[in-house]
Amino acid sequence: MRKGMKTAQVNMSILGGRLIDPFNNRDEVVDIHVANGTIVALGAAPAGFEAEQVLSAQRSVVCPGFTDLSARLGEPGFEQKGTITSETTAAVKGGVTHLCCPPDTFPVVDSQAVVRLILDHTAQFGRCLVSPIGALTKGLAGEQLSEMASLKEAGCVALSNAWQPVKSNQVLRRCMEYAATFDLTLFVNAHDASLAEGGCAHEGTVATRLGLPSIPETAETIAVVSHILLAEQTGIRLHFSQISSRTSAKLIAEAQQRGLAVTADVAIHQLLLSEEDIDHYNSLGHCMPPLRTKADQQGLREAVSAGVVQAICSDHRPHEKAAKSKPFAETEPGISGLETLLPLSLRLVDEGLLDLFTMVQRLTTGPVGVLGLARKGLAVGEKADLTVFDPEKRWQVSEETLISSGKNTPFLGEFMKGAVLATVRNGTLVYED
Amino acid sequence: MSTTADRQLQLNSQGQLRHFLNINGLDRALLTEILDTADSFASVGEQAVKKVPLLRGKVVANLFFEASTRTRTTFELAAKRLSADVLNINISTSATSKGESLKDMLQNLEAMACDMFVVRHSQSGAPHFIAEHVCPGVAIINAGDGRHAHPTQAMLDMYTIRRHKGQFEGLNVAIVGDVLHSRVARSEIKALNTLGVNEVRVVAPKTLLPTNVESLGVKVFHTMREGLADADVVIMLRLQRERMQTALLPSEKEFYQRYGLSRESLQFAKPDALVMHPGPINRGVEIESEVADGAQSVILNQVNYGIAVRMAVLSMAMSGQVAEKNILQAKR
Repeated sequence: MRKGMKTAQVNMSILGGRLIDPFNNRDEVVDIHVANGTIVALGAAPAGFEAEQVLSAQRSVVCPGFTDLSARLGEPGFEQKGTITSETTAAVKGGVTHLCCPPDTFPVVDSQAVVRLILDHTAQFGRCLVSPIGALTKGLAGEQLSEMASLKEAGCVALSNAWQPVKSNQVLRRCMEYAATFDLTLFVNAHDASLAEGGCAHEGTVATRLGLPSIPETAETIAVVSHILLAEQTGIRLHFSQISSRTSAKLIAEAQQRGLAVTADVAIHQLLLSEEDIDHYNSLGHCMPPLRTKADQQGLREAVSAGVVQAICSDHRPHEKAAKSKPFAETEPGISGLETLLPLSLRLVDEGLLDLFTMVQRLTTGPVGVLGLARKGLAVGEKADLTVFDPEKRWQVSEETLISSGKNTPFLGEFMKGAVLATVRNGTLVYED
Repeated sequence: MSTTADRQLQLNSQGQLRHFLNINGLDRALLTEILDTADSFASVGEQAVKKVPLLRGKVVANLFFEASTRTRTTFELAAKRLSADVLNINISTSATSKGESLKDMLQNLEAMACDMFVVRHSQSGAPHFIAEHVCPGVAIINAGDGRHAHPTQAMLDMYTIRRHKGQFEGLNVAIVGDVLHSRVARSEIKALNTLGVNEVRVVAPKTLLPTNVESLGVKVFHTMREGLADADVVIMLRLQRERMQTALLPSEKEFYQRYGLSRESLQFAKPDALVMHPGPINRGVEIESEVADGAQSVILNQVNYGIAVRMAVLSMAMSGQVAEKNILQAKR
């Protein structure tokens, strides 16, 4: 599909693709021309433009590169699970040009040094833009404020305490006030640690039958309520990460109707799997938050369709084999999801939940809006960060076809419809099928 | 779906038992076969030479990752009466405390030509994990996993009920106490329903019942008066003392007054109701001494039957595993 093998910034033309660009509300077949990393024309090439690289995108979709609000890279501290090199390579294969990594690394992202480490490694080895999410509290211990302003200065796009509890509502309130002072967004994995204590599966029929220690829905919904009320008091921008219950979606919708600055994302697997998928102790379905009921899945789907949930993310968590090769409760939660984000999202289109344009919104303008970034999409003068995908191309998920170090996905062996043909970042071809 | 998967994992290609992990997935005919086989072994203990040669030359390893005296002893006796060589491996002083993974440790034992593992583990699903992913060529017998299943205990309880009641049809069985943490209860409920009793009931306060417990196939009661009414069998569950510390119960006294089996509360059941308990019993916590030792109690019989039932399960699983190996070799 291409001419020329150069991977540096070269003049590039992407021809004949269906441009879907929610930033500019465009959906039409149009050529794109890129020079010096920047889009120079849509439609006819500018006079004298010579493409050194030509991508033929006929019967394919060209859209802004996906922004993934949660993908763990393994680095620093868990390199046996993945590295910035391996996981950003998986990201661009999945069409993701920008990802946010949670702060629960080792050491945690609570100092400028760790932020710089991640950004330096990304500059050296990374294929896509990586934005660290800073720790809300020192060491994620939930007791003292982190140096939030310094973290922002170093490049953190938001703050989060990941899955670690904040010690008290008083500490949480102070965190919110301080973060709001510096116009930071708080990412929340809504989780009441005492209700969830020791649990590894949704508290419902399947966990009861399998005798697994369980996590009730209220572990999430109570935390959603308390965060909304404190956000209302403190004026912080709140973003709920990876919600798993339909009640959470309703509570968030109500807060949005009251005019609060509250957004949410959902992991793609929560829209396709349910508690049934951990049956027979399938540790590949062990994730956090746990897979809940079909009714929850339906409620989350409606929230994605209605825009209550603005973004779909991969919640990518690569693991080494041994992490999943134990009795269920001892296995580590998480799914390797970057490479299946697009084809699984396309299932929502096939099933009639979303149209293709809305799906692209949930992967582009939705998450970019959550981060409050001033991007203009695929417009003349903008950096060329884009993805070309064939929505019909079939492929099989296997340990061989996955590039990520993490082969831990319950979709292993399944056929996917939809594959990325090319990913361009800053005008450079960073992935090609 | 789970039932199919449980069936496939536990049976060989001829439909014979090769692992015994869970009652789920096993049909009435197979459970009855276990009980009938146990019947044939029941007299072995009364003979002068208490041995049959069914497992001669086979190595059975008892892998108890969680402490147990009775269950381990009855498994050991059962294996020895079948003429097997028995290894008792004390896990707490063994490899896993040196950081070796469960998987590595078991694969080492498999390499030492063990034919059968009897596994007790604190994690639900651990024996499934071993049978499916670690040592598929070794027959795995679940001797209790987490809160999930304790199928040999359930089968010896079924054996006890059949010995004393003759059949399962028409029986009302009440299971009383800490169902939430009980692997015994989960396996008994499944076995009783498979064998066709009239009704399985659980009697406990809500704190000791798992969410959606009805989905297991039981009727829920919160008082002994209602739960024991017209009951043919009363199975009491052990109450562990730490339940008071974790805000599940206020005190032993309050629990005993409402859910303990005393001479008074036993009156709610049928006059000939059997009193059962998987042991070890806490006298005065869940059951009154006079009831535990009384005429309706079959608690000590349960222990005795345990050996015959485990002999049945061990011999059936070993023969199913051997048959499968022979089939595979013939194919090659």
